[in-house]
Amino acid sequence: MAEEMRVLLEYADKINPEIADEYVKIGGYVGLEKARKMDPNDLIQEVRSSGLRGRGGAGFNAGMKWSFVPKNAEIKYVVCNLDEGEPGTYKDRIICEKNAQALLEGMAICGAAIDSNQGYIYCRGEYPFIVKLLKNAIKSAKELGALGDFNIEVRMGAGAYVCGEETALIESIEGHRGEPRFKPPFPGVAGLWGVPTVVNNVETFACLPSILTNGAAWFAGIGAAKYPGTKVLTLTGDTNNPTYFEVPTDYILRDVIYKLGGGVKGGKKLKAVQVGGTSGAFIPESNLDTPIDFDSMGAIGAALGSGAVFVMDETRDIVDIVSRISKFFEHESCGKCNPCREGTFRCREIMEKINSGKATQKDIDNILLLSRVMKKAALCGLGQAAPIPIESTIKHFADEYARKIV
Amino acid sequence: MADYKDIIASCKDQKGGIIEAFHALQQEFNYIPREALTEAARVFGISEAQAYGVATFYSYLSVEKRGKYIIRMCESAPCHVAGADELLKAIEKELSIKVGETTSDGKFTLELTECVGQCQATPVITINSEPLFNVTAEVLPQVLSAYK
Ligand SMILES: Cc1cc2nc3c(=O)[nH]c(=O)nc-3n(C[C@H](O)[C@H](O)[C@H](O)COP(=O)(O)O)c2cc1C
Ligand code: SF4
Ligand code: FES
Repeated sequence: MAEEMRVLLEYADKINPEIADEYVKIGGYVGLEKARKMDPNDLIQEVRSSGLRGRGGAGFNAGMKWSFVPKNAEIKYVVCNLDEGEPGTYKDRIICEKNAQALLEGMAICGAAIDSNQGYIYCRGEYPFIVKLLKNAIKSAKELGALGDFNIEVRMGAGAYVCGEETALIESIEGHRGEPRFKPPFPGVAGLWGVPTVVNNVETFACLPSILTNGAAWFAGIGAAKYPGTKVLTLTGDTNNPTYFEVPTDYILRDVIYKLGGGVKGGKKLKAVQVGGTSGAFIPESNLDTPIDFDSMGAIGAALGSGAVFVMDETRDIVDIVSRISKFFEHESCGKCNPCREGTFRCREIMEKINSGKATQKDIDNILLLSRVMKKAALCGLGQAAPIPIESTIKHFADEYARKIV
Repeated sequence: MADYKDIIASCKDQKGGIIEAFHALQQEFNYIPREALTEAARVFGISEAQAYGVATFYSYLSVEKRGKYIIRMCESAPCHVAGADELLKAIEKELSIKVGETTSDGKFTLELTECVGQCQATPVITINSEPLFNVTAEVLPQVLSAYK
């Protein structure tokens, strides 16, 4: 099994994503039509039984999330997370560029399920061309009548990684500083402007049309049983094939690198691969024969995350790369809570000390202690995940650290 | 040049749309001028301090005057291993400025950024939000010469 399986990207480059009519000709908006005829409870149950789990990183069952939305609330919102700030990730951009109408249809299906007629897409500030594409796509779908009374507004972020966190994203749409909120209440109960709000990732929404069209059982039968469907991956770093792929979720990581990726660039050996973006764990060669799905990755102490796959060859300096990553977290910490604001600063400081050959074993012990504190005490996922690259490399690449300490 | 008041007024119907207004202002002026910030605070019904707090939270927004072309150099891990450090040095040398500065002719401002989501062709820089791919020290002068 070394083939891609294209569902979301089946018609990539064959249709114009801005033109709803072209999407309809390949069977688009049939899923929404079906969804609208269903009882909302049955619709939620259908999505739930498909096993679709969030593609934004946390892997929560989508139908289950929708079921928490109170039925009696007058106003509810559907929000699409297109912040895509995780370094090495560009799959949501690709989904929009190749199949934006599926995203719009997916949002409208969610609207039918929770009885909402207003959606927002929060698009990162680095993608102004995608904002334009989406606005054209929405206009075209509206003109065709494909979305019915469901409206979608596009809002633009402004260069803050933390705004990918769902409550920070909501704060940002409201026009505030993008600082995460305390949870609970969860957005499903009190989200945008205080009303029930479903936040899902682009890829999660884009999976919905085919689930409705082909049935929950069809979707549940693809890939890994507990995290079914396909996943769009983006391959970066020392690979021969730095591009995107869509694969069933039981696809093996080794095949991603050697079959789809064509192996390590320049015929070199692999040293490490980081899956899920910059907040993911570094994975050694010995763990490559693992399926990419959420639970299998978790079982080896890693995470599927956003589906970014960053390949590093044998010549790469792990400590130097992790130092760079620690600077990312220091820069992106929003500063709301102390364990992360101070912790990311100290992590960067200690990592640079190690990288410049001035650290001792005591510094390594300290950074491991700090990591434990951050994982437990940080308010949001940013501060909780920041130490993961550090911990995982001290664990799997101890030699690299030993070489640099005095 | 469009009036900042008109630009802000065009966004006022969007609930919570102050960030949209800031984007629109930057589209015109490349930064958020002081008097525009004051006006935006008034239109969106928040204090000037709050508006300033929003404008300075986001790395894409600036309350300092910037050049005609804003160069942002990606430093995230995939660009880092592809030679972002060397490229940054080359840009600084070519333009005789450091990160955060603007050339004396007001043409280029140099900033750092994290991943801009174009890691299929590293290292990446953006100039006024347009991504440029596989930029190396060798091709840099030619790349920059396209910006008059
Ligand atoms: C620091 C941080 C950044 C995040 N960035 C993103 C992002 O860019 N895109 C995304 O979909 N989810 C991101 N998430 C996850 C969201 O909070 C949320 O779980 C997700 O949007 C839910 O959608 P899903 O269930 O469809 O995955 C981020 C979380 C954290 C803590
Ligand atoms: S963990 Fe970091 S990013 Fe998250 S709220 Fe605390 S300071 Fe902000
Ligand atoms: S890491 Fe530089 S564009 Fe993604």
